[in-house]
Amino acid sequence: MARVIFETDRCKGCGLCVMACPKKIVHINGDVVNAIGYNPAEVTDMSQCIGCAMCATMCPDCVIEVRR
Amino acid sequence: MEEKVVFKRPALLENVPLHYCPGCTHGIVHRLIAETLEELGVTQENVIGVAPVGCAVFAYDYFTCDMAEAAHGRAPSVATGIKRVHPDKVVFSYQGDGDLASIGMAETVHAAARNENFTVIFINNSIYGMTGGQMAPTTLLGQYSTTSQHGRDPKLNGYPIHVSEMLSQLVGPQYIERVSTHDAAHVLQAKKAIKKAFQYQLEGKGFSMVEVLVACPTNWKMTPDKAVQYIKDEVMKFYPLGVYKDRG
Repeated sequence: MARVIFETDRCKGCGLCVMACPKKIVHINGDVVNAIGYNPAEVTDMSQCIGCAMCATMCPDCVIEVRR
Repeated sequence: MEEKVVFKRPALLENVPLHYCPGCTHGIVHRLIAETLEELGVTQENVIGVAPVGCAVFAYDYFTCDMAEAAHGRAPSVATGIKRVHPDKVVFSYQGDGDLASIGMAETVHAAARNENFTVIFINNSIYGMTGGQMAPTTLLGQYSTTSQHGRDPKLNGYPIHVSEMLSQLVGPQYIERVSTHDAAHVLQAKKAIKKAFQYQLEGKGFSMVEVLVACPTNWKMTPDKAVQYIKDEVMKFYPLGVYKDRG
């Protein structure tokens, strides 16, 4: 099963991964503020992740690791 | 079934936070350089990079290979020196549009004309980022900047410079391509172009340059999603993507 791991405290909440996800399962969590003061991205339903790494391809900060 | 890591931070990138603004795609290009060199089997002790003056001035902190910091615009000259002393190393310069197309124009043109065997990664965000969003030589006609507040007017400010088109007219350069970073498909295309540029250098062919269109949400006064859309709708119309020179 594919999964993505976000290094949440490095995320700047730009949302480029949200736009890149073909399954639309990445979103910006407005309820959380991370260590550097941004609302980080997170995955809502990991079971739908296909491990395509499009989110990681678009992440400017190397926040995302993809495993499958 | 055993789980495999299919995407992670490349070893050529330091494990440190980047200082770039949210939505700035400089970080993507840093990663592409590190990934392509790794894929070509080049280890960190065999790469020397030259950092510019501009937003990417701290690039020397982000790569694990040796880096030099050049005076504003002089990265191609510094890279020329490094490559001539260390012909067995892979040498690249990483330059923004203010650095390469303005103050460093002479160095860039002459390094290309001499067909120096190194790779230039040219980051075009059509604005001076670090100094606060002033008009650059690459600012689009009608584009807002702090020194063209009603949009760039050709009568007053002249026309933007198309660097890839211009350098492709020279005999010297071996490979020149313009790519973009506004979506994942184009990032993968950019990776191919950067890989090819390094490949040409490893084969000893000569000067290669990849111009990468990058978003600057902060100085364009846009959200990151609007900024990548702006690249797609406006910047790419003005700066068409494609291979401008490939001497094979």
